[in-house]
Amino acid sequence: MRVLMFGWEFPPHIAGGLGTACYGMTKGLAHAGVDVLFVMPSASGDEDQSCVRIINASDVAVSDSISQIDEYLGKVQFLRVGSNLHPYIDPVDFTDLVEEEQRSQSEEFKFYFRQKYKFSGKYGKNLMEEVSRYAMVGGAIAAREDFDVIHAHDWLTYHAGIAAKRVSGKPLVIHVHATSFDRGSADNIDTRVFAIEKRGMEEADKVITVSDLTRNIVINKYGIDPSKVVTVHNAVDFSGREKIEVERGVREKVITFLGRITFQKGPEYFIEAAAKVLKVCPETRFVMAGSGDMMNRCIRYVAKLGIADRFYFTGFLRGDDVQKMFALSDVYVMPSVSEPFGISPLEAMKTDVPTIISKQSGVAEVLKYAIKVDFWDVNALADAMYGLLNYPALPQLAAERGREEVDNLKWDAAAVKVRRVYESAVNGQ
Amino acid sequence: MNKTVCFYFQVHQPDRLRQFRFFDIGNDAHYLDDFSNRTIVRRVAERCYLPANKLLLELILKHNGAFKVAFSISGAAIEQFERYTPEVIDSFKALAETGCVEFLAETYSHSLASLASTAEFKKQVKQHADLMKRVFGVKPTTFRNTELIYSDDIGETVAGMGYNVMLTEGAKHILGWKSPDFVYANALDPRLKVLLRNFNLSDDIAFRFSDQSWAGWPLTADKFADWSVAALAQGDVLNLFMDYETFGEHQRSASGIFDFMEALPAAILARGLEFCTPAEAAQKHQAVAPLNVPYPISWADEERDTSAWLGNELQEEAFNKLYSLEADIYKTKDEGLLAMFRRLQESDHFYYMCTKFFSDGSVHSYFNPYDTPYEAFINYMNVLADFELRVKEKLKVKKTTK
Repeated sequence: MRVLMFGWEFPPHIAGGLGTACYGMTKGLAHAGVDVLFVMPSASGDEDQSCVRIINASDVAVSDSISQIDEYLGKVQFLRVGSNLHPYIDPVDFTDLVEEEQRSQSEEFKFYFRQKYKFSGKYGKNLMEEVSRYAMVGGAIAAREDFDVIHAHDWLTYHAGIAAKRVSGKPLVIHVHATSFDRGSADNIDTRVFAIEKRGMEEADKVITVSDLTRNIVINKYGIDPSKVVTVHNAVDFSGREKIEVERGVREKVITFLGRITFQKGPEYFIEAAAKVLKVCPETRFVMAGSGDMMNRCIRYVAKLGIADRFYFTGFLRGDDVQKMFALSDVYVMPSVSEPFGISPLEAMKTDVPTIISKQSGVAEVLKYAIKVDFWDVNALADAMYGLLNYPALPQLAAERGREEVDNLKWDAAAVKVRRVYESAVNGQ
Repeated sequence: MNKTVCFYFQVHQPDRLRQFRFFDIGNDAHYLDDFSNRTIVRRVAERCYLPANKLLLELILKHNGAFKVAFSISGAAIEQFERYTPEVIDSFKALAETGCVEFLAETYSHSLASLASTAEFKKQVKQHADLMKRVFGVKPTTFRNTELIYSDDIGETVAGMGYNVMLTEGAKHILGWKSPDFVYANALDPRLKVLLRNFNLSDDIAFRFSDQSWAGWPLTADKFADWSVAALAQGDVLNLFMDYETFGEHQRSASGIFDFMEALPAAILARGLEFCTPAEAAQKHQAVAPLNVPYPISWADEERDTSAWLGNELQEEAFNKLYSLEADIYKTKDEGLLAMFRRLQESDHFYYMCTKFFSDGSVHSYFNPYDTPYEAFINYMNVLADFELRVKEKLKVKKTTK
């Protein structure tokens, strides 16, 4: 079996969890006997190609298969959208990073298909443009490659998937890692993205969701036929990861929030619970690591509650710093309001850090040894923190069994399920 | 000599704890979830205790003393009946008056004291025996430990307290090729006879009765009586031990469980078997062999050991912390604190912290007011923290007033 897979990023150059998930999944698929042709907008050449063949969309000249392009252009209507799009994943730093490149690209950009297009592969301002271009290239690649099924990850690649399906006639599987409803609140979603997502789900032969939570959103909010929506929970791959030794500067216990500081991640619930715990256990320190549009508001809130001397903001963490932060933590908390899956609790548990997660996260469906609370139940959250700080048997058991549990979440197992989805798509079931 | 069928029903209701947050520690000494305790006791009384007692009374009267049963009613249950459903006590009294019902001794608070402290264990058994005397006017002579927990040592302790019969599980890993359908004796003190639960036939009623995927479904009185005869072909006494809540609560009335029970005594008697209480059965039949049980067994889960209550670190910690307070509590000489100490010993609190329930799911989750063992543990430890504060405070006051 051979799959043409459309992604947006691939390690080592990643912004969110999508690239990591794609990497783990392709490795698992290789073990499950599936060949993967992985298309990404902007490959840098240092990706691990041991299990996949990576096709850099920036290297594909559309002109060499012009006849097919003309053919499918008639069938596919592309959205040309203004370039003022809210980015998909938005650590402030990324915008700075790619802004320069984008500006030059925007100027050069002409609606020309007969040449290579230099994708930035980021989540910048002319993202919609890139998405449309990516779809064109997707069609071109589909015309020239040989494969059995198409697999597209998240809305950025859905158009590419659809184009490839139209050109090749092969079944399309789309993989929903997140939806518009996870990014904004229900009455404040990006309608353009929603439209692309809905179209992708409708045109797909099978839809894979990363959790039952997301599956329900796909069925209820996008109106997709439940029989074609399958949940395949993510896994994690920690192979090749070295244990990081850190020197602890503080003697007190450290409770950590690590993620984007946005409404969706529930940072305010973390702060409120912290204030409650600090009343009783003043020798505790709280850390909020990450950046996001609610960061300033959170800083003010911490000051207002009068706990700023015990509550720290680190800003955006990259690379090793993330792992170091986990290693410094005694408790990790993910109070997300809505989380399609949520990989970071797994990283925490892998580092032997007891973890509290919200019941409104997809990862709660696979974890038994994380403590689960409703995101809005600040008292329960505070109580769980207190229990982990004060009753030693609890963190001990949670850390020990938690690590075992995470070690057993293997991409190989998830890949077998994905393969089964491919098979049912190919057989038209 | 007639072969014997011996029924014993366990009656217990735990004192469920309310949601007790850490900010309640030191601020609020009310630990019990009165609302759910009342609601559940009333519900179970309505579905089970009252109709089942009524049925048993009718059966005893109808069979002129040929039908006999035994009950073990925990002190925790009696207290809650007195508080919420006194009519249940009256209906048990009516059964007691027939003379065909034996009341067994157990630990007052359905506790695991036998695994922690012999002194505390003995006190609770005495407290429970006094309660039986006060409420039903009888002094128990047969002992059944919480969850049928038994070992050679526990048996010896019980024999030392003057009991001559004890009940436990016919656990496969103890019996090996031996049959549970005989009377056995304690390995250390042969004066104590041991009756073993036949878990196959007991669970046919208690767990499988309404299971439509079970090959034995539907279970009729005649079918069950035939199975009993077959079991007793090689045996003296068939011990059917189960939770009383089987009738009407675990097996709903609509499953036909009451109709089954109504027809069962006649079916059993018609096949030449007789009913005995545990005390009678032990007296009537010779002990065939000593029973070696070096490590505690129980009637719970597949393992039939104590791992449902003391199988993980959470349970161990909570358990050890609780019993570390024992000495201080007796020093306070405070009745209220002592009563709460007993309530906190109820085995159920530890059962809720069991992490096995991911595999033994159905039974555990039915009995469990918490979503996860973590919640159960945190809540219990919060309560215990407050309780410890109060004990310490009381001791301080005592010291200063001296």
